[in-house]
Amino acid sequence: MRNIWTITKKELKSFLYSPIAYILTAFFLLVSGFFFYNILAWANDQTMRMMQSGQGMNRININQMLFEPFFNNMTIILMFLLPMLTMRLFADEKKMRTEELLLTSPVRISAIIIGKYLAALIIYTIILLLTATYAIFVFANGNPELAPLLTAYLGLFLLGAVFIAIGLFASALTENQVIAAVISFSSIILIWVISWVGESGPGAWRGILTYLSFFSHFKNMVSGVIDTQDIVYYLTFIFLGLYLTRSIFEFRKWR
Amino acid sequence: MIQVENLSKNFAQVQAVRDISFRVEKGKIWGFLGPNGAGKTTTMRILTGYLPPNEGQARINGIDVSGNLKSTKKMVGYLPEMVPAYGDLTVKEFLRFVAELYCMERKKINFAMERVVEKTNLQNVYGRLIKNISRGYRQRLGIAQAIIHEPQVLILDEPTIGLDPAQIIEIREMIRSFKDSATVILSSHILAEITQVCDGAVIIKEGRLMATLTRDEWGKNLEIVTAGMTGGNDWSDLRQAFPIISEARAEGQVLKLEFRETLNDYNKIIKYLIEKDIRIREIKAGLEALYMKIILAEEGRAS
Repeated sequence: MRNIWTITKKELKSFLYSPIAYILTAFFLLVSGFFFYNILAWANDQTMRMMQSGQGMNRININQMLFEPFFNNMTIILMFLLPMLTMRLFADEKKMRTEELLLTSPVRISAIIIGKYLAALIIYTIILLLTATYAIFVFANGNPELAPLLTAYLGLFLLGAVFIAIGLFASALTENQVIAAVISFSSIILIWVISWVGESGPGAWRGILTYLSFFSHFKNMVSGVIDTQDIVYYLTFIFLGLYLTRSIFEFRKWR
Repeated sequence: MIQVENLSKNFAQVQAVRDISFRVEKGKIWGFLGPNGAGKTTTMRILTGYLPPNEGQARINGIDVSGNLKSTKKMVGYLPEMVPAYGDLTVKEFLRFVAELYCMERKKINFAMERVVEKTNLQNVYGRLIKNISRGYRQRLGIAQAIIHEPQVLILDEPTIGLDPAQIIEIREMIRSFKDSATVILSSHILAEITQVCDGAVIIKEGRLMATLTRDEWGKNLEIVTAGMTGGNDWSDLRQAFPIISEARAEGQVLKLEFRETLNDYNKIIKYLIEKDIRIREIKAGLEALYMKIILAEEGRAS
């Protein structure tokens, strides 16, 4: 455990000493803020109309009108942002030749992988918490339900955690940060849209591909439904990502 | 103690190390010599546990490296060819990180950091970012990170590469001082460095062991290339002045000396020759002559 924390601490320092983390946070907040403003304006407009016409008043739900589309949009931003957060994790070690220091130290490779993973996860959590300001704003001016909002945040957190595991894996593949970012970004997109292929295929395939896609699992959580099946899906994906990263190091020893 | 027994390592395209065996006793400094691509770095990486061997064993203090990675890694300090350091950390932060990586006890870390900083003269750059320190300091930092956990075995891959002459001397002094506490292997292209620092040398080429030489073997002869030396000198005055010389003869412009026992310091002989108005172009310490003989003989056989 202490070894994992040693690696995490060092990674956090590297994140905070370089401008990348700040720039990513700033742009994430800028873009997500823009989305939030637009969705808010749209929801406001819709509510006004319903009030004027007097129809559908019982269907007004702030969570559904505001947070659902907002979280769906945030996932798109994360797809771009998280690969940029994770791209340097191992690629940079290789380029700077510091990998040799880590791999000749008595710390296990799994501890190094988990340590780096946790560091990226902590930075991501901080960015996510900063977006809570939007929610606070809504709570100050209305009365949305808290539980579905927290579920949606949990969903977003887990989805990001999967993206980070994929990014970590991609970063271990190459010493070029840009290549690492491209690999993780394209993998995320492909896994996201894999359910589209399933829709036109035969029944069994449809089931499997839809299950594999992030999309089907995120939908439930964003609408406030926690299904253990979804959580198992995310955790499996994270484990798989970290396990494959470890396999790369085992494989490279013999190459 | 370092033992390498019938070690082989294959990569996809090349056989980097082929059946190498040698042994370095406790408290000795041994040099690792060979042309580029001879397999020096690969052998060192196997000793550090970075790479597993395909065949054979590498042992640190009698313990097999591949079967006991965690315990042998703790005993080994390693300076790779490129100093592994994070540019965005300060010297202090980096050394603390390395100490923690080597699972040192928390209360010992501060003391260990003070010790290595003093030993490697890093006081002036202690608080500076690593990306802003000079090449010489960076190399010293590389040595500091290798010795912070007080390793019993020290593996240094080209420790003086890219340094200026004053820095090279400084690093050599430092390496000599490790002898009291550790067994050392260092690789180098500079034969004079091995001659001055090491107790023995392992010569490898294309992954194969060519020779293992001890100081006693190379310390017993010296070749001095002169300019405009007149023949006919019987060198008896030289032999009288230095009784250690058992034989002295001139072959063309080259004066060849052999000694009765290992000679560590030939400066007095050189001074004597200069006083006799002999212009000296080049001094080949024994190892250099032997090395060239071994490497060239192999090339002759191959062609």
